[in-house]
Amino acid sequence: MKLHRIAALITRHLYLYKRSLPRVMEIFYWPFLDLVIWGFIMIYLMKFKGELSGAVTFFLGALILWDILFRAQQGITISFLEEIWSRNLMNLFASPLKPSEFLAATMAISIFKVAAVSIILVVAALTFFSYNVFIIGLWLLPFVLNLIVAGWVIGVMTTSLIMRFGQEAEVLAWGMVFLFQPISCVFYPIEVLPQWLQTIAWYNPAAHIFEGMRMVLNESGRPLLHLAWATALNVVYLTLMIGWFHYMFSVCKERGLLVRIGE
Amino acid sequence: MDAPIAEVRDLVKRFGDFTAVDGVSFEVRPGEILGLLGPNGAGKTTIIQMLLGVVTPTAGVIQMFGLDLARHRERILQQVNFSSTYISMPYALTVEENLRVVGKLYGLTDIPRRIDEVVKKLEMEEFRNKLTRKLSSGQLTRLTLAKAILTDPKLLFLDEPTASLDPDMAHKTRSLLKEVRRSAGMSIFYTSHNMREMEEMSDRIIFLQRGKIVAQGSVEAITRRYGQRDLEEVFLKIAREK
Repeated sequence: MKLHRIAALITRHLYLYKRSLPRVMEIFYWPFLDLVIWGFIMIYLMKFKGELSGAVTFFLGALILWDILFRAQQGITISFLEEIWSRNLMNLFASPLKPSEFLAATMAISIFKVAAVSIILVVAALTFFSYNVFIIGLWLLPFVLNLIVAGWVIGVMTTSLIMRFGQEAEVLAWGMVFLFQPISCVFYPIEVLPQWLQTIAWYNPAAHIFEGMRMVLNESGRPLLHLAWATALNVVYLTLMIGWFHYMFSVCKERGLLVRIGE
Repeated sequence: MDAPIAEVRDLVKRFGDFTAVDGVSFEVRPGEILGLLGPNGAGKTTIIQMLLGVVTPTAGVIQMFGLDLARHRERILQQVNFSSTYISMPYALTVEENLRVVGKLYGLTDIPRRIDEVVKKLEMEEFRNKLTRKLSSGQLTRLTLAKAILTDPKLLFLDEPTASLDPDMAHKTRSLLKEVRRSAGMSIFYTSHNMREMEEMSDRIIFLQRGKIVAQGSVEAITRRYGQRDLEEVFLKIAREK
C-alpha cells in the first residue's frame, strides 16, 4: 500500500466537502435535526410517565452511537458513489491505485465524517438536553471503534453491490444499513425480539455494542463479553467483506462493468 | 531495434456470446504514435480498456515495458496515462485541485511546478481556478489531456483527444502532442474518427473490423494496399465490407 495514493483520495474528498452544501448537510444538518427532534419527543413523553427519564439516557446515547455506525457506512459508500457521479472511476482504476488503497482511503474519510458528526451530536445533546454521552465512561472508546468497523462492514458490502449492479443499486447506500437496525437492538433490549431473531441478532456486532451500552448505563455489570464478541465478529466480517470487495472488483473487470458504471 | 514499449499477443475479449476483440496482436514501439482505427463497435475502446487494466482479457498476453500487465499492474500503470472524451473529472473541484489530486495519486514530486508547466502548455491559465462543472466541453477535454501528460507517462492512450476542441485548439493540441512525443520520447496510442488527424499524427495505423485487425502499417502502405487516395476512403471501404 502506498500512502500518497490514499492521501490523494482523501484530499480529493476534502476538496469536495469544502464547497459541497449537500455533503456538509449530510454531516451537520441531518444528524443534528435527528437528535433535536427525538430529544424533544423524549422530553414530551416524560411528561406522561415520570419513570421515563432513564429512557432518555438510553435513547439519546443510542441515537448518537447509531449515527456513528450510519456515518461510518456512508463514508465508504458515498465516497464510491461520488466517483460514479463524477465519472471518475476509470481515472482512478486505470492509475496505479489498488482496490485495497481505495478502501483504505474511504475508511479514512469515514473516520473524518464520524468525528465531525460525533462532535456535533455530543455538543447538541449537551446543549439542548443536558445529556452527556461520556457518562458511558471509558467504555465509549471501544464501543465507538467497534461501531465504526461495523459501519465499514456494511459500507464495503453495499459498495460491492453497487459496483456489481451499477447505479440501480444506488438506493442501497441509504437503505442497506436500516436492514440491520432491527437486529442491532439500538433502541430496545435484545430480549424484545422473538427467539429466532435473537439468535440472528447475536451474530450482529452492533447488537453486542448496544447491549453493552445498556449494561453500562444500567450499572448491571461490565460488558467485556459483549465487547469481545463484537470485536471478534467485526474482524471476521471485515475480512470477509474486503475479500468479497476484491472478488467483486475482479468480476466487474471481467465483465467490463467497472467502466460502464454511471454511463 | 529497441524493444517494444507494449506488446499484445492473441488478445481476446468475450462478453457472453459476443466477441468484442478476436485474437489481436500488435506492438507499440518506443516514441511512435500508433493509430487505432475502426468503425463504432470494432473493439477499439475495449482494447484500450484492457491495456489500462480496467477490463480483464478473456485470453492473450499484454506486456508493457517488458512486464506482464496481469502481474505487474501497479508498476506498469505508474508509467502510463490516458485521456478520453468519454471520461470526466470530479465536477466540484477546480481544475488545479483536480490536477493536484492526480499528481498525488501518481506520487509526483514538485507538483506545483508540474501543474504550472502543463497549464501553460495547454493554455489553461484563464480557467485553472474554475470549477470543473463550469468548464466548456473543450476546456474539459484540455483538463483530461492535462491530467494525462502531467504524470510524464512513457505510454499515453488517447481516445479521441480532440473530439470537442475547436480547430484552432485541436491544431495546437496535435502540435503539443507531437512536441511532447519528441521531447519526452513518449509513445502514443491514438484513436480518432478524424481521418485527416490520424494521417497527420500516426506513424503506423491498425485497422480494426469486428474485433479483428484487418490492416496495419504506415498510412502510405495502407492506402496503397487498398488502392485508395487517403485514409478516409480506406476507412469507408473497410467499414462497408461485409
